[in-house]
Amino acid sequence: MTGAPGTIERPLRVAIIGAGPTGFYAADQLFRQDNLVVEVDMFDRVPMPFGLVRSGVAPDHQKIKSVTAAFDKIAGHPRFRFYGCVELGKHLTVEDLRAHYHQIFYATGAQTDRRMGIPGEDLKGSHPATEFVAWYNGHPDYQDHQFDLGVERAAVVGVGNVAIDVARILCRTPEELAKTDISEQALEALSRSRIEEVYLLGRRGPAQAAFTNPEIKELGEMAGADVVVDPREAELDPLSRAALAQTGDRATTKKVEILSSYAGKAPTGKPRRLTIRFLVSPVELVGNDAGEVTGIKLVKNELYETPTGTLQPRATDETEILPVGLVFRSVGYKGVPLPGVPFNDKWAVILNEKGRVLDLETRQPVRGEYTAGWIKRGPSGVIGTNKPDAVETVACMLEDLANGAVMEPSAPTAEAADALVRARQPQCLSYDDWRHLDALEIERGRAAGRPRVKLTRLKDIQAALEERGGAGNR
Amino acid sequence: MTISTILARKGVKVVTIRPEQTLREALALLAQHSIGAVLVTSASGALVGILSERDIVREAVKNERFFDLAVSSIMTRDVISGTPGDDVNAVAATMTSKRFRHLPVLDAGRVIGVISLGDIVKAQRDEYLGAIDTLETQIISERAS
Repeated sequence: MTGAPGTIERPLRVAIIGAGPTGFYAADQLFRQDNLVVEVDMFDRVPMPFGLVRSGVAPDHQKIKSVTAAFDKIAGHPRFRFYGCVELGKHLTVEDLRAHYHQIFYATGAQTDRRMGIPGEDLKGSHPATEFVAWYNGHPDYQDHQFDLGVERAAVVGVGNVAIDVARILCRTPEELAKTDISEQALEALSRSRIEEVYLLGRRGPAQAAFTNPEIKELGEMAGADVVVDPREAELDPLSRAALAQTGDRATTKKVEILSSYAGKAPTGKPRRLTIRFLVSPVELVGNDAGEVTGIKLVKNELYETPTGTLQPRATDETEILPVGLVFRSVGYKGVPLPGVPFNDKWAVILNEKGRVLDLETRQPVRGEYTAGWIKRGPSGVIGTNKPDAVETVACMLEDLANGAVMEPSAPTAEAADALVRARQPQCLSYDDWRHLDALEIERGRAAGRPRVKLTRLKDIQAALEERGGAGNR
Repeated sequence: MTISTILARKGVKVVTIRPEQTLREALALLAQHSIGAVLVTSASGALVGILSERDIVREAVKNERFFDLAVSSIMTRDVISGTPGDDVNAVAATMTSKRFRHLPVLDAGRVIGVISLGDIVKAQRDEYLGAIDTLETQIISERAS
């Protein structure tokens, strides 16, 4: 073979691992290049595309999910293929990919949660928030999870976007939830929920909380829950006040204002209460003889300033116990290593420089392997943040292509790759399969007055495809 | 956003020099790695200073024979350093107000990376671009519905 790939006779073949936003942004950026013919095969371990837009973004945030319209357009490119239910390390190895692609792009996200590292963390009734989110969003791997919603009080540890989502979903009325695409199972369970009090626990103060202003405002508009903030905790400490005066940051000023407005308001007697607490860290989960959570022991924090001006929490000796029967931890997420891909354990990301995967020993780029999204930089930002991140990585891919630094696959054709994938995973789903399921879900939703009713079990998905005339048709 | 987000995509290379090495060697490192500052570490790996291109420029103006000077003779000894959990926005404000452009990052006392003002600008820009993109998507969908 002569010349660089990227021509009509010899297209550049790229495998994208992970069908979330980052993967689509990368595919889009590749397809946008003039004078470059690219074939993109996108793989995901779950049947459906869109990653956390489908299984992470809260069901009552349909507007945020509308970004999938853009992804759908990208998937319509004639040289794009999607393979659902195909997992790297299970159905395909990195070596398999090297035989069929010039470049591999890892965009698998941050799949597990960080632990709090405190006694009692594994008591019954203590869960990672991510599992609850995956459950209510109908992720096929989490449909058998059980959450005891028969208790009266629940705590959500953390004040990031996911923590807020979980607290809000716990507080929503059945009528509110019924308008969303929450899984039928979760809708049913949450409709019978006996929870009356939900605590959101932040280790720092109102000015440092990660949640955005629209989210915090939305809490005040819930039909069935009052938002409660202790005025003493809503008031800024002198360090935060000084920092805010120095930066004059408008978003933070507004956030503090909204929280103060909650602190000044008396509950209106709605059936549920969402209490936002600041400057507290859990130090222990307390349980009963049956091994169930009965409370969360908190220590009061104070803030101190680091040399860089960051305000960090420091424990005081003041503690309290909040009686709760359910605890969700949302204190950060982390990536999991992919078999055969260099991993930076310290940051829980793929070892990389600007998206070029680096060899563990030599610290030099591994030819033809790239990464972007949360598995590249860690979990931060909104969906759109992954766009500039993917663009940065694609720039490296194009630079390396121009320098001839791509892999040399022995069988660089779409047919050869397709045959291998189908041999390894006969039940893989195509993008056409997804379009069929998408239409079906929306149809099921229409009857119930909902945006969609999700198919959440593998057997139901396969049955729906068989009814149409077999899975895997292109 | 914490500065660990920035470090995660910078590989693990940290360019360092020993205090007894020369400015000639320091310049070679700055040029080779296209960087604006090099960390000065002791034999045990402890951070003892930082040497920036500005430090060298200042010396070069008053002393044409600066090449053979030891790094320790002009390095900044009083170094402000960060930890991975520091907030990007706080770091940006501090770098601007205290007028320095490179922040060594330590974890349990060990140097694990350096963050430049350029890195901070890029991270903040990407954050804003992402937020704008996501908001636009929502507004467009609102209009469509």
